[in-house]
Formats: sequence, C-alpha cells, structure tokens
Amino acid sequence: MSEDYKTQHGHTHDHSKLSDVELRVRTLESLLIEKGYVEPKALDRLIETYETRIGPRNGARVVARAWVDPDYRQSLRDDATAAIASLGFSGRQGEHMIAVENTDDVHNLVVCTLCSCYPWPVLGVPPTWYKSPAYRSRAVIDPRSVLREFGVEVAETKKVRVWDSTSEVRYLVIPQRPDGTENLSEESLADLVTRDSMIGVGLALTPETAQ
Amino acid sequence: MNGAADLGGMMGFGPIDRKNDDQLFHDEWERRVFALTLAMGATGSWSIDASRFARESLPPAQYLSSSYYEIWLAGLEKLLEQSGLVTQAERQSGSAKEPAKPVSRVLAAANVDTVLTAGAPADRPTDLIARFHSGQKVRAVNHHPRTHTRLPRYLRGKCGQVVRLHGTHVLPDSNAHGNGENPQWLYAVEFAADELWGNGQNDSVIADCWECYLEPA
Repeated sequence: MSEDYKTQHGHTHDHSKLSDVELRVRTLESLLIEKGYVEPKALDRLIETYETRIGPRNGARVVARAWVDPDYRQSLRDDATAAIASLGFSGRQGEHMIAVENTDDVHNLVVCTLCSCYPWPVLGVPPTWYKSPAYRSRAVIDPRSVLREFGVEVAETKKVRVWDSTSEVRYLVIPQRPDGTENLSEESLADLVTRDSMIGVGLALTPETAQ
Repeated sequence: MNGAADLGGMMGFGPIDRKNDDQLFHDEWERRVFALTLAMGATGSWSIDASRFARESLPPAQYLSSSYYEIWLAGLEKLLEQSGLVTQAERQSGSAKEPAKPVSRVLAAANVDTVLTAGAPADRPTDLIARFHSGQKVRAVNHHPRTHTRLPRYLRGKCGQVVRLHGTHVLPDSNAHGNGENPQWLYAVEFAADELWGNGQNDSVIADCWECYLEPA
C-alpha cells in the first residue's frame, strides 16, 4: 500500500507490533461485532470452510467422473451446474457452471480480467497469482506465453480459447485424460487432476509425473 | 468506469509470481478480511455488483499498489460508510458512536453451510425475447460509462460471434448502483485474437456480454 494512502487515513497508534493494515482490520472486526452485524463464530466457520473443506479436490472428482462415465460427461455438457451439484458441490460463486473440455484441437484457459471470478465450489478460493495483475492482463493478449510460464507448450495447430469470466457464470476446464490411464480407478484418476489443469494453465498429471 | 481493475491486455506487470502458490491467505488479517467481507455480504446490505464496484472504483494508483485483500478491505470500509453501517469516525476511534442500523439478516455460524451451498443465483427468468442467436455476428458497443460495467475495454467496438445463450441475468451496470436488477439476456461471445490484438493468431477470447453490450455486426 502506498504511503499516501496510509497518510490519508492518518492512524497514529501505539500498537508497535501491529502493522497499519492489521490495526485497521482489528478495528473493523471489533466494530462489526460490537454493532451486531457479524457473529464471530460465523467468521471462523467461513474461514475453516474454505481452508479445509472446499478446494480443488472437489473439481478433481468432477473431472475423473467425466473421464470414466460418458453419460456424466454428457450431463456436464447439458447442464454443468446440475451435474456438479449431483456430486455434492454447489453454491456461492458456482451458481452457474459451464464445463469447457480440452480436446486435440482446443485448449481452454480461464481468467477474470476485471476481478477474480473463480468457481469456488469446485476449486475453492483462487490462488494469489490468479488474482494478480500479471495473470489478468496477460492471459487474454498473450495466453501462450502465460502457458509457457506454467510449463505448458500448446501446439500451433491447436487453438487456445481464453474464457474471461465477466458475468456470474463460472468456467471449469475439463483437461484431457492422460494416455496410459485406461486401467486406473476413478479415485486414482482424480489424483491426476490438478487445480491448475482445471484453470487451464496446466495439464492433468500422468501416472509417472504423479509419483 | 475505466478503472485500474480493467486489466485485460495491459503490459508491464512482468512474470506471474507463483510463490506460496498453495497458501490461500498470507497473514491472519487476510483471513479476517475475507470472512468479514462474506459475512457482511450475507447481511444483504449491498449487492455483489455494488461490492465489485466499491473495489474497482478505487483510485488507480491505490488499486495497483494494494495487495488483493487490501483492496477488499478498502472496498468493505467504503461500503460500510456508504450504507451508514459504520462511520469514518467510528473506524478512526475504534468504538461505536451510533446505534447499529437494522440489517436484513446476520449470518449465524449454524447457517454458514446452508448459505454457502445455496449461493445467490444471478439468473432471473423473464419473458424477454433474445435479440441475438447462437452463431450470430455481433459488435461490442463502444461505451465508457463512469458507472459500473462488466464490458472490458479491450472488447469495446470489437466484433465477435455469439457461441452460447446463458438465459436472462441481473444486469450489474444497473444493480451495482441500486437501480434495479433489470435482467437481460446474457451471451457468451467469442472474439478472434486477431480481431482483438491484430496478431494474426487463431486463438480467441470468450467473454460473457449482456444484451445492452452488443449490437448486430
């Protein structure tokens, strides 16, 4: 944060161990509790939910199911919100889901250039880089250099489609199923599905790279 | 508005910093800002569109020099002040000086799971007839409102093709300012990379565009 901004807000305080921003947050939290607008236990539950219960493991289950079950894959195409909810994942920041499938001809990549829209029920809250100006600015104008930075080289013959999440619709990439995984169970397949592969900046792991 | 949040196509931010990739929060205060923002959102005192506008309308120098949760904090402080729930004087003194204003609901710990699982869908069934159909060529309007919009600058005036109809959704441009939900048809529109950037490449960008963002091409 800039010095100017700190000066504008002009807090002077003795809490030598607390940074300016920590003090602002503490002040705000205690005011909101004092005024009865928030319940402290609800705050803890919100944090716990996204730190421990909702994360990319959910999305990996969706992808693995789509890999093994053609009917499920079709239901994802028809109504991804309902198909994902059928596995128990729904709600905030995933109210309107679309699954975009990587193929031999198309590689999909998801970004939110305007803020940080991301499919929370299947991927959790986004990593810091997803929200960074570097990713948001570059993903639409130069997606291939972004992919290269993540170690993904997309053939020139393949089209890169970048989904800019400008509405409340959220996009989940269904990565291609790696070769040599015909005999793996759905659960073992889910272990190959990384968060990055469902944003489109990565590919699914192979059984060898997953080791 | 043409604010600093509208980053698509900007240059000079350098490589993507992926350190602490798996750390959702870097400090305890970030956790608290995250939870406070969600819990205050649940009181129904403002819409998600208003909260985006509060963050995205921060002065560009401040926006770009703030970390993500510093932006959320500044946005939350602004919304609380605008809605009269917490005054600047109260923030500066750290204690309540005015009685609490009524809010529609207070999120209880026992309801967190239910509220998160239900979410807040933005589609609103209407009788409106879609002006555009899948496959149709369209042009994004060249508008520069001082108010909230979800049409990024890099798409304005550019031609694309409708690839999907999402149904009728709340219009953020209106809802962010308390002017009603005004649901409109929402379209996924594909823009060729070459149309956007003149780079001769076959790639594309797909963005969701409300009907008022589009005209026939």
